[in-house]
Amino acid sequence: MSADAYASKKWTEKRKESVSGLLFISPFFILFAIFGLFPMLFSFYLGFQRWNGLGEMEFVGFQNFAFVIEDPIFWKALYNTIIMGALGTFPQLIVAIFLAFALNSALVKFQSAFRAAFFLPYVTSTVAVAIIFGVMFSNQDFGLINVFLNLVGLDSVSWQTNEWGVKIAVAVMVFWRWLGYNTIIYLAGMQGIPNDLYEAATIDGATVWQKIRFITIPMLRPIIIFTVFLSTIGALQLFTEPLIFLGGGLRQEGITVVLYLWREAFSNMAFGTASASAIILFLIIIVFAAVNSFVVNKAFK
Amino acid sequence: MSKVISKVSLYAVLFIGAFLSIFPFYWMFVMATNHNSVINRVPPALIPGPELVNNFQNVLSNIDFFGAIGNSLIVSSVTTLGVLFLCSLAGFAFAKFHFKGKNLLFGLLLITMMVPPQLGLIPQYYIITKLGWLSDLRAVIVPGLIDAFGIFWMRQYISSNVPDELMDSAKIDGCSHVRVYWNIVVPIILPAFATLAIIKFMYMWNDFLWPLVVLRDESVHTIQIALRGLIDAYVKDNGMILSGTFWATIPLVLIFLLFNKLFISSLTQGAVKS
Repeated sequence: MSADAYASKKWTEKRKESVSGLLFISPFFILFAIFGLFPMLFSFYLGFQRWNGLGEMEFVGFQNFAFVIEDPIFWKALYNTIIMGALGTFPQLIVAIFLAFALNSALVKFQSAFRAAFFLPYVTSTVAVAIIFGVMFSNQDFGLINVFLNLVGLDSVSWQTNEWGVKIAVAVMVFWRWLGYNTIIYLAGMQGIPNDLYEAATIDGATVWQKIRFITIPMLRPIIIFTVFLSTIGALQLFTEPLIFLGGGLRQEGITVVLYLWREAFSNMAFGTASASAIILFLIIIVFAAVNSFVVNKAFK
Repeated sequence: MSKVISKVSLYAVLFIGAFLSIFPFYWMFVMATNHNSVINRVPPALIPGPELVNNFQNVLSNIDFFGAIGNSLIVSSVTTLGVLFLCSLAGFAFAKFHFKGKNLLFGLLLITMMVPPQLGLIPQYYIITKLGWLSDLRAVIVPGLIDAFGIFWMRQYISSNVPDELMDSAKIDGCSHVRVYWNIVVPIILPAFATLAIIKFMYMWNDFLWPLVVLRDESVHTIQIALRGLIDAYVKDNGMILSGTFWATIPLVLIFLLFNKLFISSLTQGAVKS
């Protein structure tokens, strides 16, 4: 084969590879352009229009954003989202570390049975979780949680109408569904920590708490950052639990940012303000993600 | 002595955790088998009752339960199969081929993975209405085929599990790229298929917001949307509501219990590795 022929064969080989590569990714990217990328970008356009979904669009500048920011219900929704998210997430992650630590102990038998039990709630749909806990957190005296409260001498709570009742009930739903998931993630991380570290600490007379504080948590750092990040973003998108728990009426005690957005679009047919609130949610998530990584980085230094 | 105490407290923590995880399932079954009047009294029923069949018949008279399960099965399995194909094909290209714009396109994917899905919700809805897909299962299936994580996951798996030498020798033998994909790559990445299939199927089966927006007509409701219909039923019958929830939940729970190791490693590894 002459040098020229060899070069041209190499060239066609390269070209073939290039064509195949583009062909292989194109089905995905065509769908992605239509149903993924375009909608995201078009939201930024819609945020500046007044539009009911049917008629003509009308450019209104920053009016939609002004409307959302001046709407006290939006702020209530943001407040609710943050409180419910924090209540459902942070205690959960702390308990998950302890559970994972217990599971990781060399003494434990039936480890895989415990793992399966802890993980079971995650397989349940959010709708089912919200229905089950919705019945448990009934306003009535015969609701399971109220029966329990009465049993220990406390008064019944109107979970579905009380400001903190709604938040606690929704936080419990989030807590229950995600606890096992995060426990298993921490457990996977802990299994990578060499056992000699704990043995050395035991010889030095360290308590269980000291082992968790000075060995486990620092070694788990990247995984903890990851779970905090994921939980925060997930919490800001809270939607299903309060909608199912409160029903269509959407009482203000439980409205969240995504519920606000959803109601603007599909009940009020205000697609412009809905898009504006979607953009604001997006910005809030970016801010939270940034603050998150900043705080976590500082806390671990 | 202190060793005994620590062992006891260890098991106490684990048993309390396991009890709290499992109890709601048991309690759901108790509700699903009792009459509403037994449920709504103090003290409430804590053992299963005789109304298993009756409660479920009431579910059937309120919603098209089996139709909704069927819709969920269609939506979840079609998107899962589609995603396995599209993501492995694109992941293969990103892992092994050189072409112009590759890094740019992959970077774009990674960025969009960070964007919350609600951002595009309203334009997506608009596109669906323009296509005439409102109350059509395609409205959930087609956008469901987009899975940036799936491509990321497949690319990682193919990069580290499909050796370049194997590809080169196949090419020297004159294998086309499509045949390399089908005869060499696919058999190697079957474990990655299993992982992605579990993640995707569960996500689609449990998804709520998007189907709620686009599947308006009762005949196309997925099971999650249909369950919501139970709460809005005229008479609030908790036995009936939890019967529907129980029977909608139990298939996935049984599958999970059978394959729990595979499920747990799939659902968490996917998260940890990204």
